[in-house]
Amino acid sequence: MTAVAHTPTTAHHEPMSFWRKYIFSTDHKIIGIQFLFVSLFFLLVGGLLAMQIRWQLGFPGKPLPGGGILPETMVVNGVILPEYYVQLVSMHGTFMVFFAIMPLLVGVYANFLIPLKIGAHDMAFPRINMASFWLALLAGLVMTASFFVPNGPIRSGWTNYAPLAARPDLSGVTVGQMLWCVSIVVLGLSSVLGSLNYITTVINHRAPGMTWFRMPLSVWALFITAILGVLALPVLQGAAIMLLFDNVLGTHFFDPVAGGQALLWQHLFWFFGHPEVYILILPAMGMVSDIIANGSRKPIFGYHSMVFAIIGIAFLGWIVWGHHMFMSGMNPTLGSTFMVSTLLIAVPSAIKVFNWLGTMWRGNLRFHVPMLNAIGFVSMFTIGGLSGIFMAATPVDIPLHDTQFIVAHIHYVLFGGSLFALFAAITYWYPKMFGRMMSHRIGKVHFWLTFVFYNMTFFPMHIIGMGGQMRRIYDPTIYDFLKPQQPLNVFISYSAFALFAVQVLFAFNFLWSLKFGKKAPQNPWDDNGMEWSLPNPAPHGNWERTPNVYRGPYEFSAPEAGDKDFLPQFVKLPTDRDPVPAPLPATH
Amino acid sequence: MRWWLPDAGSTFAGPIDTLFLAILIITGIALAVVEVGLVTFVIKYRARPGRKAFYTHGSTRAEVIWTAIPAVTMVALGLISNHYWVLIKDKKSIPPNAYHVGVHAKQFEWQVTYPGPDGKLGTSDDFTVRNQLHVTVNEPIAVELTSEDVIHSFFVPEFRLKQDAVPGMHIMAWFQATKTGEFELGCAELCGMGHYKMRARVFVHTPDQYKAWVAQQAAGGSE
Amino acid sequence: MTGRIFSVVGGMFLLTVCSKGSQSSAAPAAPPAPAAVENAAAGGTITGTIKFTGVAPKNPPIDMSEEAACKAKYKTTPTEENVVAGPANALANVFVYVKAGVPAGQTFTAPTTAVVLDQDGCRYHPHVLGIMVGQPLEILNTDPVLHNIKAIAKANRPFNVSQPSAGMKTTRAFTAPEVMVNLECNVHGWMHAYAGVRPDPFFAVSAANGSFTISGLPPGTYTIEAWHEKFGTQTATVTIAGTESKTQNFTFAAR
Repeated sequence: MTAVAHTPTTAHHEPMSFWRKYIFSTDHKIIGIQFLFVSLFFLLVGGLLAMQIRWQLGFPGKPLPGGGILPETMVVNGVILPEYYVQLVSMHGTFMVFFAIMPLLVGVYANFLIPLKIGAHDMAFPRINMASFWLALLAGLVMTASFFVPNGPIRSGWTNYAPLAARPDLSGVTVGQMLWCVSIVVLGLSSVLGSLNYITTVINHRAPGMTWFRMPLSVWALFITAILGVLALPVLQGAAIMLLFDNVLGTHFFDPVAGGQALLWQHLFWFFGHPEVYILILPAMGMVSDIIANGSRKPIFGYHSMVFAIIGIAFLGWIVWGHHMFMSGMNPTLGSTFMVSTLLIAVPSAIKVFNWLGTMWRGNLRFHVPMLNAIGFVSMFTIGGLSGIFMAATPVDIPLHDTQFIVAHIHYVLFGGSLFALFAAITYWYPKMFGRMMSHRIGKVHFWLTFVFYNMTFFPMHIIGMGGQMRRIYDPTIYDFLKPQQPLNVFISYSAFALFAVQVLFAFNFLWSLKFGKKAPQNPWDDNGMEWSLPNPAPHGNWERTPNVYRGPYEFSAPEAGDKDFLPQFVKLPTDRDPVPAPLPATH
Repeated sequence: MRWWLPDAGSTFAGPIDTLFLAILIITGIALAVVEVGLVTFVIKYRARPGRKAFYTHGSTRAEVIWTAIPAVTMVALGLISNHYWVLIKDKKSIPPNAYHVGVHAKQFEWQVTYPGPDGKLGTSDDFTVRNQLHVTVNEPIAVELTSEDVIHSFFVPEFRLKQDAVPGMHIMAWFQATKTGEFELGCAELCGMGHYKMRARVFVHTPDQYKAWVAQQAAGGSE
Repeated sequence: MTGRIFSVVGGMFLLTVCSKGSQSSAAPAAPPAPAAVENAAAGGTITGTIKFTGVAPKNPPIDMSEEAACKAKYKTTPTEENVVAGPANALANVFVYVKAGVPAGQTFTAPTTAVVLDQDGCRYHPHVLGIMVGQPLEILNTDPVLHNIKAIAKANRPFNVSQPSAGMKTTRAFTAPEVMVNLECNVHGWMHAYAGVRPDPFFAVSAANGSFTISGLPPGTYTIEAWHEKFGTQTATVTIAGTESKTQNFTFAAR
């Protein structure tokens, strides 16, 4: 590989100031790293909120340890107040969905990986890319500010259903609701700008030889996710603006008091919301595909099927939103149609799971930390996906809707799925980001402990949901029929505390390795992606000259590789010919 | 400690619980295939010196099989489910002789209006009780759901009955209780800080018990 | 372009945060700085008895079966307190106050002792209360169940707080005169209380025997209003000279 200067420079090779290099950077890699630090912080915030929720559910009415530091509007004599409890569940969901998982998957990895993996120097619009990060950070700060305003943050769930969310006199929330709406609109703008970049870059900036069907599945997934984002986020923005107007301008979009429609919010929110949950899983699936192929030393099984499955999931994802509304009072016939589309979306997901299994079948499995987490993803996403079938069957949704069964499902796909995929991805591309390796030993201990405590926390929620425990209730023991299940709530809470505590290992590993991790070799995982042709960390502008691509992304154990069990996309064999350069030059 | 769905208390519970069990078996098999497959592969195909992975890009036949089987299963599940869905939720499925009861949801109570001795809802002998639903066993009951303020949800676990009450809408739900006794009703849609306290008791009476209760209420008693 | 985005978003942010003003949390609002401190101990007095004519409507019984902890506190069935009648048609829970006549510019310091509103047996005690602007209202929960106290007010900022267990205490204060602020519990729909908020100490609530006393009045001509939650309002004019005591009765027509 050509030697590249280690000091990141501009295209004109002038040294950059610290501010231009690391803070107001237009380099997609720095922007990805900025998203990483900010999002991991919000992941921590979301986790702290969850700990308080579990405290109240496990030990209703008992004083919260350390609760004394919280104001009297939230906690009285250490006891969490009901209004604070519903704020906790609302903001846990809001922070985790919008400011942790989505930016971790998209803000970090779409930014970091796409140009590297397709052989581009940077994104199509580097300055818009920078704006996308700063808007996301601003949105996060606005959302955080809602904790510090009179009456505090929203109390209507992360789904923020109207009319409760539209009526301060009924919710008790004033400024906090406005901040939620403003934050969402700003975050939506950040997402849309990011998506525009990802889509344009993938279409126009692929290096010569990087045909569509030679792109790694991580890039396919991120590309399709970007299309989902650019179409879905504006719907949420519109709904949030309407909700803001109901709150401050005296409109009644969602309040039947003066001609509005309560269900309108749900239709708008879930028309965004369902594509959103595919935004939250597809990039994870894509990256897991790359990692499993690597760990198995085998090509991905059924690459084309995998691509069509991603597209199928994304397409079907637009016509299932009503499955969140089976009990809402909408016409039951609509329920039937949404049931059909929802059951069908299980099929491409199943295809993916079987193909991951097929990839591991007859492989030569290396259990590095990313592979462990990727296998964990497959096993737990399967549980999460299968639990969805219960809710998709509308009669069975009747007892299960709005119970802890749904909460179990959500967390199996978002934590068991997306977050494990993120543990894998963060570890896998850490050397490319920071030039060092995370500790294998700590990574393995973290994986196993997390896997065990994770299942102990979330599997029992299926059972208490079947038993009828509703969502977002402050004290289950109010109900006689829930009292017998309270021991499970206690068990879940203890498991959750342990699960949270174990994440200290990951945080330590991440932070400590920045300075003291083993210096990374250029291609530590013996991987095939274009990014591994560059030094660690990769320099500004990536390649001095646009690289050529000679083959598909998963040529592990190919006969042409000879002794080695991998054959990168950028390696030119004597039998290879240089690809014809693309019509549009892929340089800036 | 409860490990399963609540005891069956209405005619809906049979079909719903059976469907639940069927899905549990289907998904259980799928889960077993995947997890056993995963564990088997992890053990059998772990890297050892001198081994090489089997170089293949896939199998179209495998793709067809594991696309077709889930697809057929899902379609069948959908057809069976829809049959019961229509039976439970379609307005036309409400038996014409159903006994009507009005349930008006409000932050944070259930106001239940009974038709009174004349058996007709909406007449002057109607009376309203807070947080108590009294019905007769083995008789179809039609619940006319309304809401005063925000979205609430009428949920009786033993009846396998759940329906949102939406302000601005008048929604019908129905059920037929199959055993006498006392049950609980909870709110299943976040409606404010008192959401968890929106509890009502449900009393399923014999026909005589119910008539006696109605007479007592009409006379102004409150015990 | 980034700068324009920031300024628009920042402007929206400031607009929303600053639009509604701020409400303090649990701590009571500071009372208005007094221009002159009035000694209300000396001064004239208005006393009277409040009765009603006709037949008072029956107070509906309250079924507390769904709140066993509250029901257990009663030996006989509790009733709502719409009309609390005493011997010889005396009317309790009438809020009597000086509507007009206090010299303009005169300010009064609110006492720092709180008016206590207790939730006991799923009922408010007292049912009708008088309180000065800036005086602390201490809301106590003596019941081991959730109550929320929702204050519905026009001149004052509404509030809605919950007290899920016994022993909880929340303090609020009102910043503007208002007759009356409605207080209710949404978990127990029969629970209602009324607070008359006044800028001066010249108010009273009639007792079980219908009697009330307003004292400490400087000499002058006053318009007195009597407010009842069911029977409406009545006014009268009373002139006080020196430190005399004047009698003013009210009679409401039952309806």
